[in-house]
Amino acid sequence: MTQTPQTNAGANNPVLEIKDLCVSYGKVEALTNASLTVGEGQIVTVIGPNGAGKTTMLSAIMGVLGSKGRVAFDGTLEVVPEVERMVARGMNLVPEKRELFGEMSVEDNLVLGAFQRYRMGKRDHKQTLEEVYALFPRLKERRDQAAGTMSGGERQMLAVGRALMAKPKLLMLDEPSLGLAPLIVREIFRIIAELRRRGVSILLVEQNARAALQVADYAYVLETGQIAMEGPAHELADDPRVIEAYLGFGGKHQAMLST
Amino acid sequence: MDMSIALILGQDGITNGAIYALLALALVLVFAVTRVIFIQQGEFVAYGALTLAMMQAGTVPATVWLLVAMGVLVTVFDAGAALRAGRHRRAAAVAGWNLIYPLALAAIMAMLPVASLPLLVQVFLTLAIVVPMGPQMYRLMYQPVASAPVLILLIVSVALHIAMVGLGLLFFGAEGQRTPAFSDASFELGTLMVSGQTVWVLVVSALLIGALYQFFERTLYGKALRATAINRVGAQLMGISPALAGKLTFFLAAFIGALSGVLIAPITTIYYDTGFLIALKGFVAAIIGGLASYPIAALGALLVGLLESFSSFWASAYKEVIVFTLIIPVLLWRSLNTGHVEEEE
Repeated sequence: MTQTPQTNAGANNPVLEIKDLCVSYGKVEALTNASLTVGEGQIVTVIGPNGAGKTTMLSAIMGVLGSKGRVAFDGTLEVVPEVERMVARGMNLVPEKRELFGEMSVEDNLVLGAFQRYRMGKRDHKQTLEEVYALFPRLKERRDQAAGTMSGGERQMLAVGRALMAKPKLLMLDEPSLGLAPLIVREIFRIIAELRRRGVSILLVEQNARAALQVADYAYVLETGQIAMEGPAHELADDPRVIEAYLGFGGKHQAMLST
Repeated sequence: MDMSIALILGQDGITNGAIYALLALALVLVFAVTRVIFIQQGEFVAYGALTLAMMQAGTVPATVWLLVAMGVLVTVFDAGAALRAGRHRRAAAVAGWNLIYPLALAAIMAMLPVASLPLLVQVFLTLAIVVPMGPQMYRLMYQPVASAPVLILLIVSVALHIAMVGLGLLFFGAEGQRTPAFSDASFELGTLMVSGQTVWVLVVSALLIGALYQFFERTLYGKALRATAINRVGAQLMGISPALAGKLTFFLAAFIGALSGVLIAPITTIYYDTGFLIALKGFVAAIIGGLASYPIAALGALLVGLLESFSSFWASAYKEVIVFTLIIPVLLWRSLNTGHVEEEE
């Protein structure tokens, strides 16, 4: 179980390795000495209550927020993570608020996802667009519609599709199921599993702990800015403390029923 | 007033209106993408016109030395930033465009007999000198404070405007300049005489507006600027850095400003400080469009141009007052008609 200090042993080939990452807002420390590893082709999830610092952690890794500590991505240590550089190197974040370009069409939103690749001279976005449309046929139907007029689920799909246009090595998803209907949540998690099959490594931050632990290989529990527990996802799902705090009474049992 | 006078005034108004439209579009663009109110737009107009005039007088325009000076500063800034991020190769690479381009241009200016070159080559060289100052200015003055409140950015703009007017006096002297027309042709349209320069202004403005439209609708870089204007965070996550968007926007704005200056230099006498008044009229037009709508800003610019030319006939002493007073009813109307703008999700 998780009593002994563990490491993400499945990650013998780490895509992302962060060590002792600290973020503070003024005097308040939002993230304290967080360490985490994502192996190639793995789905790693970070669960935890509201305000635990999950979004802060993703923002710091991406370079949106300043931080102290080590962030090594794809074998290279980043002294100061810088968003454009991280995108160029194959890291992509789908933020909690989605941050779509509301007045632009679905297709323009998607194409902009390939901006950094285009800038570096890799002009294959037409082909990538077809791949993304194949994954999300719904987006193809709505290609000319303004992104801001779509439903919550469609917007989430667009946000994920837009990130995929960059052909990321590591996709970071911040609360992809937040505020969505159960049927759409299931669809989102189906797509996450499909992406892993295609070789994308995924760092998934979720409040929906049950669904996240089902799909993930390895999991971390973040509480008040610190990693409180970690372990293989199926082990954490059986841990009494996790069940009590995040899955509710009879969590494991219910989780099986709900699939 | 008879018909022929009205036609002449109308022609004047539309010609000036076309220039104001270009300036208004640039102001809206700069504000949308960077939240900067581009007060020094007028100085780019004056620098464009007066750089061309200096070339025609056979002297090396002093603006080229400003370009070199800013190039040196940009190189120092960029190299410093690259070293701090631990990227040494990048630090060496920044010298390329920032340093070599201005020096090469200065060398060309010193060696070529600029006064005897064809007019279009002189115009091209003028733009080659003045336009890069836009992105340089963004890099030096705005990029370090890019996330500051709009008020801070406005103060920076005011400071730059004052500095550029002062430098303008130093570079060009207090004398006004007028450059020869692009063509001496003139056309008769019924009773109306249309000068070649008017045609140039209208055609170039229309072409430029069309090209800008194509740029924003069709190209990925144009879409990237629109995306930055709509959602800064979202754009950044796509790898569209605010710095890149800012420099590109300032490039376009400086291009529009300098080109406008070159276009109107044969029509009006330009002094080192004339640009401000011209750009201010573009600003009135941009305000009519709420600093947000391109088509309304362009139409507003035509209105400003017509209002200016007709009021110069009826009440010439008050023509500026009348044009700038237009802003009061517009602001009233806008404040009554626009609700609180919701923050984008």
